Amino acid sequence: MNNIVFGQYYPSGSVVHRLDPRVKLVMVLLYIVTIFFVVDYAMYGALFLFVLAVALLSKVPLRILFRTVRTIVILVLITAVINLFFTQGEEMLFSWKFIHIYKEGVERAIKLALRLILLMLFPSLLTLTTTPMELTDAIESLLSPLKIIKVPVHAIALIMSIALRMIPILMEETNKIILAQKARGADFDTGGALKKAKAMIPVLVPLFVGAFRRADELALAMDARCYSSVAQRTKYKVMHLAVRDLIASLFCLAVFSLVFLNKYLWHFDEMILSLFG
Amino acid sequence: MSIEVKDLTYTYSPNTPYAATALRGVSLHIEEGEYVGIIGKTGSGKSTFIQHLNALIRLQSGEIKVYDIDLNAKKPDLKKLRGTVGMVMQYPEYQLFDETVEKDVSYGPRNLGLSEEEIRERVREAIELVGLDYEEVRDRSPFELSGGQKRRVAIAGVIAMRPRILVLDEPIAGLDPRGKQEILALIKKLKNAYSPTVIVVSHDMDSVAENCDKVALFADGEIARFASPREIFYDDELLSRTEMDCPSVVKVVKELERLGKSLPTRPVTKAELVAALTVGEGV
Ligand SMILES: Nc1ncnc2c1ncn2[C@@H]1O[C@H](COP(=O)(O)OP(=O)(O)O)[C@@H](O)[C@H]1O
Ligand SMILES: [Mg+2]
Repeated sequence: MNNIVFGQYYPSGSVVHRLDPRVKLVMVLLYIVTIFFVVDYAMYGALFLFVLAVALLSKVPLRILFRTVRTIVILVLITAVINLFFTQGEEMLFSWKFIHIYKEGVERAIKLALRLILLMLFPSLLTLTTTPMELTDAIESLLSPLKIIKVPVHAIALIMSIALRMIPILMEETNKIILAQKARGADFDTGGALKKAKAMIPVLVPLFVGAFRRADELALAMDARCYSSVAQRTKYKVMHLAVRDLIASLFCLAVFSLVFLNKYLWHFDEMILSLFG
Repeated sequence: MSIEVKDLTYTYSPNTPYAATALRGVSLHIEEGEYVGIIGKTGSGKSTFIQHLNALIRLQSGEIKVYDIDLNAKKPDLKKLRGTVGMVMQYPEYQLFDETVEKDVSYGPRNLGLSEEEIRERVREAIELVGLDYEEVRDRSPFELSGGQKRRVAIAGVIAMRPRILVLDEPIAGLDPRGKQEILALIKKLKNAYSPTVIVVSHDMDSVAENCDKVALFADGEIARFASPREIFYDDELLSRTEMDCPSVVKVVKELERLGKSLPTRPVTKAELVAALTVGEGV
């Protein structure tokens, strides 16, 4: 597979793609923290617009971005339903036998759903615009202060990058084995859960055998070249902070601080209400 | 007519930045009993093409008919198709999975839904056809066999389904000269046994020239030429355009021509070369 990086990476060469991966990673972490300080709809809206703006800048089609939300739809629905039914409040909206739905429950369900969706969107944008290798490099660089207390940061990063490198290879191998067994009449699509699980054995066994073989070969090849994880080594791609990284950071920080200001100083909801009311 | 392909076009990962068109308007007719070689440089679409023949790849556009099985039908009979077209993928030894050779070889026939008796019969025959001792290997783990033996067991797993068409993707890649000869001899044997039609993808021009009735030369997702080995391997312009090499017999002939000795015929196999060389000498 011609150097395809696995997973979601969507190459479009936009300015978001070119940002320093360390900056992107830190901003995503701050964003995740920020989400938990959002209190009102206005701020959910603001963050949503923020994500949308970054998505447009990154030239990743919105269709692809929103597809990542599909994977958590069930989780969102379950948490929303649970909150809807089990939140006690003052203003009863609906009551039937043992089911009581309060206004507070509705609000909580909506806010949690929004929160989960927002939690999914922005980090997805990170993996859509950053290759796994860049992310590993970023993590290594950000963790490098830990080297002082003798944490083997480089070895950890190496393990991560080998694992990441292996994923597309193993996926390709899985595809090949599935095709080969299909050619021998294997049927992966019909039957109950047990039958389907059993049908996977002819795929899993060769896959594991192959994975161990590859691991052996790789270890041998690294040994043969006297690889050592303690040696000082240089990077093929050196990360440099650029002006655009500064601008991006400032922009993100401005948006995030809006959330905190809103929670602790102002209340947009009330302001907006008073405007109209 | 055993295989009929019309205007086959295929794109991997369509509508994504990774879209790669592997086949563009490929048409091909293969008669029963033909030994067809497929050549072309890496990435020219050979594997993609043959994987279409037993519906490992879903048709995007074009038509394929294998005997009376129409792959354009709404629900083609895949079981029947896979029993008809036996596909030996590249490095088939990496597909072995079961505890014993016998069980592994019986996987295909069992998927076809045959009776236990029939399965046992076919497995024994397949293992013997590929030149292994049934009694000796049946209870051994396929993982403890040698490389060449593993490949034979894997091929046995396909021919135990008794396909009328045998398709092999680079079956001699990565083998030593002796292993190559053995596999080529095995393919001939199989052709005479159950699979009158054989399609082989190969980078080994010598074996293609030696064995094939017809050769399909793939270039850039298209069939540049589908003709006899003689027509293809003596077409210098075609070979250089598609970056193909010619078999050693043809190289010898060209060297002879350069030295001023032209032959009465255009040989592509060793036997033909010997015949052409001896004819003038009245032997
Ligand atoms: N699974 C795949 N995903 C994406 N592209 C592929 C895949 N398999 C093959 N290709 C591409 O399709 C083209 C034809 O490949 P293939 O049929 O394997 O050629 P060949 O067997 O002649 O080497 C190549 O450009 C290859 O990169
Ligand atoms: Mg191939």
